[in-house]
Amino acid sequence: MTATMHQPTRKRAASTTRMLKALAFLAPAAIMILIFVFYPVIRTVLLGFQSFKLYDQSNIGYNGLENFRKLLEDPNFSRILTNTFLWVFVSVFFQFTIGFSLALLLKKKFKIIGLYQGLIFIPWALSGFLMGLVWKWIFDESFGVLNDALLKLGLIDSRIPWLSDARWAMAAVIIANIWYGVTFFVIMILAALQGVPKEMLEAAELDGANRFQTLFSVIIPYIRATLILIVLLRIMWITNFPDLIFGMTQGQPAGRTHILSSWLIEKLTLDADWGAASAVGLMIMVILFVFTLFYLMATRLEKDSGV
Amino acid sequence: MMLTALGKGGKFTVLGIWFFFTIFPIYWMALTSIKPKREVNDLYYFPNEGATLESYRILFRDYAFGIFLRNSLIVSLVASFIVIGLGLLGAYALARYEFSGKPQVMLGFLTTQMIPGLISLAPLYLLMQKLGLINSLIGLTLCYVGGMVPFATMMLRGFIQRIPPELDEAALIDGCNRFTALFRVVTPVALPGIAATFIFSFVQCWNELFLAMILIDSEGSKTFPVAMRSFIGGYWIEWGGLSAAVMVGIIPTVIIFGLMSKFMISGLSAGIVKG
Repeated sequence: MTATMHQPTRKRAASTTRMLKALAFLAPAAIMILIFVFYPVIRTVLLGFQSFKLYDQSNIGYNGLENFRKLLEDPNFSRILTNTFLWVFVSVFFQFTIGFSLALLLKKKFKIIGLYQGLIFIPWALSGFLMGLVWKWIFDESFGVLNDALLKLGLIDSRIPWLSDARWAMAAVIIANIWYGVTFFVIMILAALQGVPKEMLEAAELDGANRFQTLFSVIIPYIRATLILIVLLRIMWITNFPDLIFGMTQGQPAGRTHILSSWLIEKLTLDADWGAASAVGLMIMVILFVFTLFYLMATRLEKDSGV
Repeated sequence: MMLTALGKGGKFTVLGIWFFFTIFPIYWMALTSIKPKREVNDLYYFPNEGATLESYRILFRDYAFGIFLRNSLIVSLVASFIVIGLGLLGAYALARYEFSGKPQVMLGFLTTQMIPGLISLAPLYLLMQKLGLINSLIGLTLCYVGGMVPFATMMLRGFIQRIPPELDEAALIDGCNRFTALFRVVTPVALPGIAATFIFSFVQCWNELFLAMILIDSEGSKTFPVAMRSFIGGYWIEWGGLSAAVMVGIIPTVIIFGLMSKFMISGLSAGIVKG
């Protein structure tokens, strides 16, 4: 009798101690995250609805949707949205396609594969801002190596004003971004490919499938969930990656190469208008959130996506 | 596979083109950095006999780049060590304990990966201002730790989960408690994963610009990217000095990455990654 009455209490006590122990291990990380990740989100939401100019701190106070209204009325706003869209989707499309192709080529080992991978993975480790400066130098109209090489090869007759003409400038920053981000896809897709069971590939070969059929009906379906997830992560990451643009054009000429996140940086630093900067930040969050919902619905992401 | 259909020659041509495209910008910067000052704008493609390290000398003589490098190194190393410490503790709990509320905690960690770091810039400034940590490398380090911990915890959890639990159970029987089991038994086995996480964190901190730019203004506390930012101020850019500075700034991460790229590749893909 006593034993049966004791059992549940003891069980509950054991589970409570276990929870307390786990929480003790988790506490330091959790506290840091609450202070440095979640608190700033709340503060940004508040700032987005405040007039908060760093150099005019006497006029800080709630101003409703004023920040958002001003952003929407900015003559560059629709261009910035279009740029953001191009920046994200053109970059991701090429990064993915090139990354996938390279991963397929690197799947089979060859002699110097270690060295080769080490070298082509280098961009991943470099600062986006510094590489933006490097690309600015390459794209320089008068002294840049790109115009010089194109002229010498006879591909153009006159120097292209890469960074001073808004249309070329957007193309230039996207090319640099493709350069920067292919590495991530190669690494991820290579890992996913190595997870495809050998037996499946052998079975496909026995069934007489050629390489294309194996790719599209065995490999891609097998790693589909992973692909969907890394593309989503990358879209979110690139949306919030102003470093390269900051190094290359700083939004010039005339604010026409800004994307939302580089615009945020400009509001934050040059204009010191933190209400506006936070409002841009909130826009980015909302856009990404809505996009993620649609993306997940459209791709019906399976639960076991390998997270 | 699609491309291997091109045959071996095609495969190596494609790999060769990509190699050229990847390495060329870095090569070009390196070449510019060793061109003599008056030849910086001259478009030749291979180093000539005039090659000089003058631009590098100027960097350390006329500007305090030694100090900027030291600051970056301190912040990145200290932040990464703390991140690994906190991350290991959290990861161990998430990998080895079953407790009520665990799914919610996991969700909390994953949610952080969805929050753009950029929106934290202004709030973190205001927070650091309250704590009196503006212009302080300690403040910057704390912010980096906070930003990196969620990712590091998830990544390390992945590595610890691959280690059979029997290992730490044996250690518990041998008289370890959970804490000593983690550091004496699990940590050594998870070392490759820890190395990967450490490098990832180090590279992120080393390259971080915007937070450092906002929090730090005094010359003596600037990190390398912040110093670069003021170095290029104005419309006129002196590309000789700048290219040398870029080379100095990327060499540490390239060396570290080169030494550890094997760990990195398995590590990054183990814990699906933000950066």
